[in-house]
Amino acid sequence: MAEHGTDVIQGTLDVIILRALSLQPLHGFGIARRIEQVSKQVFKVNPGSLLTALQRLERDGSVESAWRITENSRRAKYYSLTKKGRQRLKVETEGWQLRAAAVARLLGVEG
Amino acid sequence: MSLWRQLSRGIADLWDRAPRDRDVADEVAHFREALEAEGRAQGMSAAEARRYAQLELGGATQVRAELRSVGWERAVATFFADLRYGWRGLWTNRVFSLVAVCTIAIGIGAATAIVSALRPVLFDSLPYPAPERVRAVVEWSATGERNPGTFGMYHELARRSRSFEAMAVHTPWSPTLTGDGRPERLSGQRVSASYLRTLGVAPTRGRDFREEDDRPGSVPVVIISHRLWQQHFGEDSEILRRTLRLDDEDVAIVGVMPADFENVLLPGADVWSPLQFGLESGPAWGHFLGTIGRLRPGVDASTAESELNQLSAQVIAELRPSTYGTQLRVSASSLQDDLTRDVRPALWAVLAAVGVVLLLAAVNVTNLLLARGARRREEFALRAALGASRTRLLRQVLTESLLLSLIGGAVGVAMAGAAVGAIVAASPAGLSRVDVIAVDTPILLFAIVLTTVTSLVVGLLPALQASGQGSLHLNLGTARVAGGRRRIRSVLVGAQVALALVLLSGSGLLLRSMRQLLAVSPGFDAQGILTMQVQASPRRYTEPGAVDRYFDDVRAAILRVPGVTEVALTSQLPLSGDHEAYGVTLASPPDVAPAERREIFRYAVSPGYLELLRIPLKAGRTLTAADRDGAPRSVVVNEAFVRRYFRDRDPIGERLWIGATTGEPYTVVGIVGDVKQLSLAGDTPDAVYTTPGQWRFAHHTQSLVVRGSTDIATLAPAVREAVWSVERDHPVARLTTMDAMISETAADRRFTLLLFEIFALSALALTAAGVYGMMAGIVAERTREFGLRAAVGATPGRIVALVFSFGARVTSVGLVIGVVAVVLGLRGLRTMLYGVSHLDVITHAVVLLLIALVAGVACALPAVRAARIDPAVALRD
Repeated sequence: MAEHGTDVIQGTLDVIILRALSLQPLHGFGIARRIEQVSKQVFKVNPGSLLTALQRLERDGSVESAWRITENSRRAKYYSLTKKGRQRLKVETEGWQLRAAAVARLLGVEG
Repeated sequence: MSLWRQLSRGIADLWDRAPRDRDVADEVAHFREALEAEGRAQGMSAAEARRYAQLELGGATQVRAELRSVGWERAVATFFADLRYGWRGLWTNRVFSLVAVCTIAIGIGAATAIVSALRPVLFDSLPYPAPERVRAVVEWSATGERNPGTFGMYHELARRSRSFEAMAVHTPWSPTLTGDGRPERLSGQRVSASYLRTLGVAPTRGRDFREEDDRPGSVPVVIISHRLWQQHFGEDSEILRRTLRLDDEDVAIVGVMPADFENVLLPGADVWSPLQFGLESGPAWGHFLGTIGRLRPGVDASTAESELNQLSAQVIAELRPSTYGTQLRVSASSLQDDLTRDVRPALWAVLAAVGVVLLLAAVNVTNLLLARGARRREEFALRAALGASRTRLLRQVLTESLLLSLIGGAVGVAMAGAAVGAIVAASPAGLSRVDVIAVDTPILLFAIVLTTVTSLVVGLLPALQASGQGSLHLNLGTARVAGGRRRIRSVLVGAQVALALVLLSGSGLLLRSMRQLLAVSPGFDAQGILTMQVQASPRRYTEPGAVDRYFDDVRAAILRVPGVTEVALTSQLPLSGDHEAYGVTLASPPDVAPAERREIFRYAVSPGYLELLRIPLKAGRTLTAADRDGAPRSVVVNEAFVRRYFRDRDPIGERLWIGATTGEPYTVVGIVGDVKQLSLAGDTPDAVYTTPGQWRFAHHTQSLVVRGSTDIATLAPAVREAVWSVERDHPVARLTTMDAMISETAADRRFTLLLFEIFALSALALTAAGVYGMMAGIVAERTREFGLRAAVGATPGRIVALVFSFGARVTSVGLVIGVVAVVLGLRGLRTMLYGVSHLDVITHAVVLLLIALVAGVACALPAVRAARIDPAVALRD
């Protein structure tokens, strides 16, 4: 697995986080685990980068946060998508799909 | 919305960062607990789970730091932290900070003040539209002397010239304003109708002069200043229907000038009236007018000048005016250059002094910061070792420099404000445009830019040095690095000693020159004399001798004032700015070649005038009441005149004409001592004295000189009332004491001197601070060495001598360089000096001693400190 990069591709962390939050509000650790699960352990997120990205997104108005009690009765900060965040997720997903398809075609031709 | 959120969160965060820090810590802690829980769920022991969490998280501290660095407010917070840290540092080193702030303040304050003062005079263009097109048209005689213009030449040039769209002439005019209240003497100008048009300005109310106003014999009209409209007419909106009673004649007011109109050719003028001259009138070719012109757009000055020269030669050839020589040169320099011609060299000298002071300040602060940087090397090395990047350290040092110069700059600007007030108050009345001097927005901006640039330039050098490689190799090659730095600083100190020497010497020379000037004898006894000018209306005293009888009555009235002992009259008063001169023709062939003949000052004086001023009689007799109209004409001449015109002959009994060679010549009856007429500094002019009765014109304006037995200034009101007791509405002008008038003639020099004194004091203060800063820094650096020397037996006296000899070496090198600079650089000051050479030994010796003394004191403090160093403490540190 080491030869396949486990770091999130440059510039995609924000949209991945937004996607992870699109179903339900999650706390930081939850988001990290959700990303690992859904990507089938391909992507591992560095907690530092994750939390920094969350701060940035919150500043930006794409997510909002609130302190809540977790299932094991611990205080944690839950993040949820805002209207603006949903809009951004939609736009960036479409953009990503377009580019991914193009890259896939290019690589397919090359291969 | 997003921007607003960014801002509001950022500001809330800056306000109080505790909540956010708490949030961040909580969130990171939660993350770690969740990781630990996960580890335990996978069957790890508590310790293993903790290590696993640690590994995954990658250092909680670092994550927290990363999180905190999000957002713009963090950069601001860092800046504030730097500022706080910097402030703490400056506060702990109060002496250093005070010296640095004062240095910057003096440099910026002096520079701002002087540039503010000089800007209107040297740099700002005149306050007229297209000011570069306004030219001074000046005639120069074959011998290179400046001739006042004539109406005839102006009239012909204006008619024939294609280069100028307008030309105008002007001459001062002092009409007497009567009517209601006390008679008043106004300051004004008689001008050609084109005057305001040539300057490019127009009245705000009413109209400009028209060509028909300017024809001989037209109805008299005036345009008045905004100030006169305000003060005399209370801003009457019906002003254009009113009249002024000037010189016993009612004149219609046709216009009011705008409030911001600056009449640079005669700053205090309140009224303007058309000249009403024709080419046929008598004085048409008399040299008494100033001429200006406005170039057509696109015409350059040299084209205009060659046209003027061609035309003036034509005019002289065609019209043959007798007052012109055959060779005449006409120049058309810009009016501004022409106005500042006399003061320009002095102002440039002052500006150079500004540069020197600024340089001194910069050198000094650099030096101080270098010294401080040396003492902080360990601190920086420690911070670098703890992971502070080089940029971070540079930023810290730059922030501190900025803080220093901001404080220094603020103090400097405040000082400049005060200094500009003092400069305006001290400036001589004649200096053009002094009333517009102020510290204004551009100057403030200049000061701020100066502050910032100084801080960056000055801050960067020590910052680079402190944060550079030297700081990381703390104990390697310290001596070499310190030696290099010491050399830089020695050079800096030497430079500032040299600069201070130049400034101080310049000021010293001006000071001595001023002393000499005030010690010059004016040729008469000025003490205890009250003077005033009285103007009798030329319309009222038209009969022959009438005006002389009026003045006789005035003298009698003043003599009745208790305390007055002597009264006399003169047509012109020495050192008052009066200038009335004529050519002289001797009946017998003179001993002097035509080229050496000079114009002579002609005084019409009442009997008793020469005695009252204590002008010594050298031969013959003085004028008496017997020398009246109808008696043989008598003249008393002065010694300078005798020296020039008579050489070996006995002048008594010689006959001569003054001015026109018509009528009976004057017979020389006496010789008196010389009197300074124009200024104390100038040459002693040739002079002749006649009585008013024996002169071909009546004198309607006379100066009274009064001597009293008591303090003369206190008699002024009573004397004025005595004048008015004879005739109510004659103005009494220029009421002052002779002493005051004499000190006024030194006003120009006093002004320049004041500026130089400010500089010299600044320079001395800066030098003291600089030498002290350097010596203190070096002693601090060499603490260990001094401790070692003390430990192996050096006495305190030996160590003091060591410090002193170093200081003396650096200072004396600076002094030597300074002396060379003085010898070469102060030549430019020669025109300003009177009775003292620019190489005056006494001045320079005093200045050298003064600097040496200051340097000595500045060395003494650190030297004593060095001697007190405890060897044990010094070696342990």
